[in-house]
Parts: sequence; C-alpha cells; structure tokens
Amino acid sequence: MGAAPDFSHFVRTDEDGRSRLDLAIDGITCAACLPDIETAMKRLPGVKLARLNLTSHRLALTYDPSQVEPARFTGVLEAIGYRAYPYEQRQVEADEQARFTLLLKCLGVAVFAAMNIMLLSISVWSGQSTSLPPETRDFFHLVSAVIALPAAAYAGQPFFTSAWAAIRQRRLNMDVPITIGVTLALGLSVYETQHHADHAYFDSAIMLLAFLLAGRVVDQAMRRRTKTAAGNLAALKGENALRFDGAEWGLVPVAALATGDRLLVRAGERVPADGVIVEGKSAVDESAITGETDPKPVEAGDHVYAGTVNGEGALTVDVTAAGHSALIDEAARLIEQAGAARSRYMQLSDRVSQLYAPAVHLTALVTGLSWWLFFGASAHDALVIAISVLIITCPCALALAVPTVQAMASGAFFRSGLFLNDARGLEKLGEIDTVVFDKTGTLTLPQPGVANADEIPADLLELAGRLARSSHHPLALALARSLRAGAPLPDARETPGQGVSAPHEGGEARLGSAAFCGAEPLATETEASSIYIRAGGRVARLSIRQNLRPDAVKIIEHLRGAGLGLHILSGDRAEAVAPVAEKLGVADWRGGQKPAEKIAFVEALKAQGKKVLMVGDGLNDAPALAAAHASISPIDAVHLTQGQADAVFLGDRLLPVAAALAISKHARALMTQNLTFAIVYNAIAVPVAMAGQASPLFAALAMSGSSILVTLNALRLRGPGKTVNLLAKPLRDQP
Amino acid sequence: MNVLVFLIPLAIALGLLALYGLFWSLRRNQYEDMEGAAYRILLDDDIEKK
Repeated sequence: MGAAPDFSHFVRTDEDGRSRLDLAIDGITCAACLPDIETAMKRLPGVKLARLNLTSHRLALTYDPSQVEPARFTGVLEAIGYRAYPYEQRQVEADEQARFTLLLKCLGVAVFAAMNIMLLSISVWSGQSTSLPPETRDFFHLVSAVIALPAAAYAGQPFFTSAWAAIRQRRLNMDVPITIGVTLALGLSVYETQHHADHAYFDSAIMLLAFLLAGRVVDQAMRRRTKTAAGNLAALKGENALRFDGAEWGLVPVAALATGDRLLVRAGERVPADGVIVEGKSAVDESAITGETDPKPVEAGDHVYAGTVNGEGALTVDVTAAGHSALIDEAARLIEQAGAARSRYMQLSDRVSQLYAPAVHLTALVTGLSWWLFFGASAHDALVIAISVLIITCPCALALAVPTVQAMASGAFFRSGLFLNDARGLEKLGEIDTVVFDKTGTLTLPQPGVANADEIPADLLELAGRLARSSHHPLALALARSLRAGAPLPDARETPGQGVSAPHEGGEARLGSAAFCGAEPLATETEASSIYIRAGGRVARLSIRQNLRPDAVKIIEHLRGAGLGLHILSGDRAEAVAPVAEKLGVADWRGGQKPAEKIAFVEALKAQGKKVLMVGDGLNDAPALAAAHASISPIDAVHLTQGQADAVFLGDRLLPVAAALAISKHARALMTQNLTFAIVYNAIAVPVAMAGQASPLFAALAMSGSSILVTLNALRLRGPGKTVNLLAKPLRDQP
Repeated sequence: MNVLVFLIPLAIALGLLALYGLFWSLRRNQYEDMEGAAYRILLDDDIEKK
C-alpha cells in the first residue's frame, strides 16, 4: 500500500493540545497481550497513555501529536502481530452504554431499598405471632415508606418511561401492568400506614422492581457485549481509499470519505464507495451486489458500487451520495414494501401482555365489586382486596420469562460466532421450517480461492502465493489472499497482462498465463479461471474459483436431516448455480434471479404457510431478506443487506446458520415454558388473592419464588443442552 | 426497643454507603474492563527497576 493512511478523521484533540485515538484490535488471545501492547505503545515517543481494554479489545491512546503520527501506532502493532484500526464510536453503542449504566444504577437503588425494607418487613411478619406493639409496627411501616417511595421513583424510571411511551402510541406492553401494579401497591401501602392497618406492601413493590431490573441488566449486558464486538468488526474491516485532495493522492480511511471526493481505485482493489467513473476502463466484479460472478465491463460515465471489486484497469471515481443508483433505489423501494409485513410481527411477550393486562385489571375490578356488593365487605376492604389481586398478578415472572431467555440465547449466539441484530429475530428464527440460500458469498466463500489446492505440491503452492503478492492482477490478488501468502519474493517483476517472474533457487519462477509459463492451456475452460506456475522445471495449473464454504455440504445435509425445506436462489447464471446445487443435493434451485423475483419466490413460499429463513449477502438479496420471516447474513455482506438481517454470522463456515436455528428453537421452547409457568402461577395465586387471603408475606414469597424459577429455567440454555452443545462449538478458525 | 432508634438509621446509613460506592464506581467507569482488571494486578511494570 506504500504511504501510511491518514487517520486524522478519528483523532480527537483535548483542550490541552493532546490527541486521543481509539483503536480496535484484532488478535488478542490471552492476558499476556495486555503488557505486550501497552509497553510497545508507551515506548513510542510522545505517547502519554496507552490503556488496553481486554473486554472490548480496544486500545485508548493519548499522545502528543507533534511527536508521533497516528499511523505509527497501527504499524507498530502490526509488527508485533496485532491488526489494528481506528475505531469510531457509533451513536447506537453510546446509547446502549448509557442505558446499561442507568439500569445498573436503578438496580443498585432497588436492591438497597429491598434489603432495608425486608429487614423491617420480616420483623413485622414475625412480630405478628409474638407481640409486636402496634406503635412499633406503624413506625416500621413509616420507615419503609420513607425508603420505598423515593427508591421506587428512581428505580422505576425504565418501566415508567416505557409504559408511558406505549400508552401514548395506544398500545399495551408488559411495562403498563408493572407500572400500575407498583403504583397501586405503594399507594395502598401509604394509605394503610396512615390508618394503622396490619398490612403494607412496600416490600412487594420494591422487590418486584429489583427482580425485573436484574433481568434487564443481564439482557442489556449481553446486548452491549454483542454491540461492542460488532463495532470492532466493522472498524477492523478498516479499508482505506486513495483520495485526491487537490494537490496529491493520499490514503484515507473509507469512513472519512464524503460526496464529491475523487478516488483512485487500482486494479484488484475493492471499490470503497458508490461513485461515477470519471476516467479509466475496467471490468468490475459485482458479485457482492448482484450475485453475478462474471465481471461487468465499465468505462467513464458508468456507476460503480461500494463492495464491488475492480478488475484489471485503474479507475478514477467521483464519490456520489449513497442511494443515487438505480440498483440501490430499487432495492430500497423493495425493502420498504417487504419490510412493512415484517414490522407487523408481534413478539411473544407483547402478544401475551396484550391479553394479560386487560384480563388482570378486569379480574381485580370484578373481585372488588363482588366483595363490596355480594359479600358485604366495606368499600375499603373491597378496594384493598382488589388491589392485592393486582399486586399478586403484577407480571414479575411474566416480564422475566422472555428477557432472561433472550439474554442467554444471545450469549449462546455470540459463542457460536453470531450476532443478533434484533431481539425479535430470536423468536422468528425459532419458527423456521424452510431455508432459502443465496449462492455467491453465502454458500460459497466471499473470496475466490484455489479449487485444486490438494493436487498441487505444498511448496509450489506457497511459492505461487508469494509470487502473487507482487501482482495487481485480480486473480493473483485473490490467490495471495486465499493462500494467506507470506512476503513477496525479492526482485519479482510483473509483465502486465502476462504474469510475474522472480529469481528462485538459481532458476526462475513464473506465475501467470499458460503461455507465460510455457504450459499447455486447458482445452475447455469451465467456470473456473486458471493461473499457472512454473518453477524448477515443474509446472502446475491452479484453478481459481468461488469455493463452497468448507462445511457447506455437511450443514446442508444436517438441515435436511432436521426436516427443513431447502432452496437455492441465485442472481448468478444458471450454469454457475447448477454444479453447486448438485454438489449440495438441493433439488430446488433457480439462477439468474432479479431481486423482485427473489421476493416473489419467498412470498410464494409464505403463501403456502411456510416460515422462511433467507440467508444471503448481496444487495440483490436485501429485499428478499426483508420479505422473509427471518434472515441471516454473513459478516462480509454489504451494509444495506446486513441491516435487513436478523442475525449476522462470522467466519468461513456455514455452521453458525445451523447453530442459530438450533439455539433459537431451544430458546423459543424455553420462552413458551416460562410463559406457561407464569400463567400457571397466576392461576394458583389469583384465587388466593381473590379470596382476600393474600398477606404481604404470601405476596413476597410467591413473587420471588416464581421469578427465580423462571430465571433458572432460562439458564438451562447455558447448560449442556444437547443440540446447542453439538452445534455451538466455538468458531475460532477464522482468519 | 430504644435500641431501634439508632440501629435502623445505622442499617440505612450502611446501605447508603454501599449505594454511594456503586454510583462512584459507575461514574469512574470501574466496570469498563472486568477481564483486564483481573490481570492488571499481576503486572509489575509500575515498580521501578533497581
């Protein structure tokens, strides 16, 4: 790459003139990396502070900008074996962080209050059988009120705001009955305290908040961890672009590009941003966008899209605003249409609370009225009983039933190399019975590789990789990348359009076309492209093509065994799709599909009552991803597509897709169990409350007992559930 | 029962102290790096070599 990239976009300057830079770091495997990295950084002149966060794998640097260039940092890190790239905190991540801190504070307050109130409440309960003077009891209630009211006002914030937001949109969510329950419990208790009554429910209200907050903190912690890891991955993609700043060409991070910038895209490079070609002629591999593997010829005036790979010619490109291309506009329009159906999906817990809230409020009303009108209770007693029904039914277990499972499931996803974009995705993935795969970049690896690697001597293969490092030809670049080749050979010379040669072991090694290497060209060219190597009298043909993901055959087999319907939908030519479908044994496949045709196919399956999972990476898949019941993308997918996916998977293997299905299925079963349990609990507790027998002790026991049970049940997802364990082996073998 | 007059405030005060501790640690970002902190204590790069 030559010149160092200009990282000034990421640097923030303090008022005292020092600069701050955050780097995302890849390759941290153990704790020993910590002193390694920090010492290496502190040795650089001008570095004031270097602190590595082992949890988030980020390095915070404070340095004197006059003494050291930011690009030095990544260079030094690379030399000691870590890949690093400046990291820019996204708004989403900052929001998640703020939310986590607030929840933790609320939990702290709720636990503090619950402990102190319990101390008093237990004295009151045990005092009822002995002889607690009524004055002492009233005093204890008063102290409880003084602690509970401000604590509830603070710790209840997350629930109150969410309930209020739901009511304003004329919806009901689980936070509405929670808010009503807590408020009524506190109100009734204050009233009872004033009137020297036996019972007060301060403990129930506060404990309810503490349990619920604990569940949400766990959920949020998991979400934050996922977001951090995803943020790092995005940063580490860290591509640079060659930009003309009016006087000279400089390397800048892609994140710093703006509309109107003039870029140079060299042969074999990825196009960093959408733009229009000003100068140059080349062929562009648009497989990331359309799925089509044949390069498309382009010249001045044509549009090129971010994520496509430039062929043999250099292009000068002016960056245009995103969404200006017909293709992207079309995709966005289709996504919007397809996405409408999707936003109507209602979560399990919302569906339950939609029924639950009116049901319990009606029960409480009927109970109160019956006691008052038919059983001759005083208005005060009837009201107390009605409210105690509400307190007992306050959906503690119900509200914990789903989030606890969600937290555990996203942890399991994380360990299998998956990120959940949307919590709703989990429930939807658990319902899947049909899977539709895209071919290019989904079933096949995103980068082409050597198909016949096992037929070629290892030393020759290594030599080929190192020779390829000296070439700008797209095939050579793909070769070098896929072989993870070492340093280029010294004195290598490229003959444009033919190949690379370099002195090697007294003779000459050549890599390039058949003629260049003096080899017999293959009579019939199949879908693979060939590249030849000659060294020390030996000649070999390397066949470069899009290879299947290493475990694709096994995973497809597994999915079929699990009884799922499988289909392949590709934008690529039918001739290119057929061998893949045949190898995988998928009978139903289509090639040459346009985005609209892909949607139509998915819709047709949906019309048959199938729950479709779409797995795809291209821009052409994005609308189908949005239309499908659930969707998964590989991490290499284009942004727009990833945004539509419920989950994103890492690595070269297809295993995470199967793991996602297994985990979600398990999670969904646990959610249903938990919800059923919560309802059974209510079926038992509500009659007791309706009979007017719900003492505060009973309420406290029932509530905490059910909450703990539901949480323990969710933890089973962590334990050695057979299917999950089988599929969720850690995916550590990615490059 | 008079002992309650200072035992209850004492219990609450202790609880508040712990709560203050939590808020303090959150403000100082003490939970930022739970893994790193465990290893950092083993590093002795802050000890001057003699």
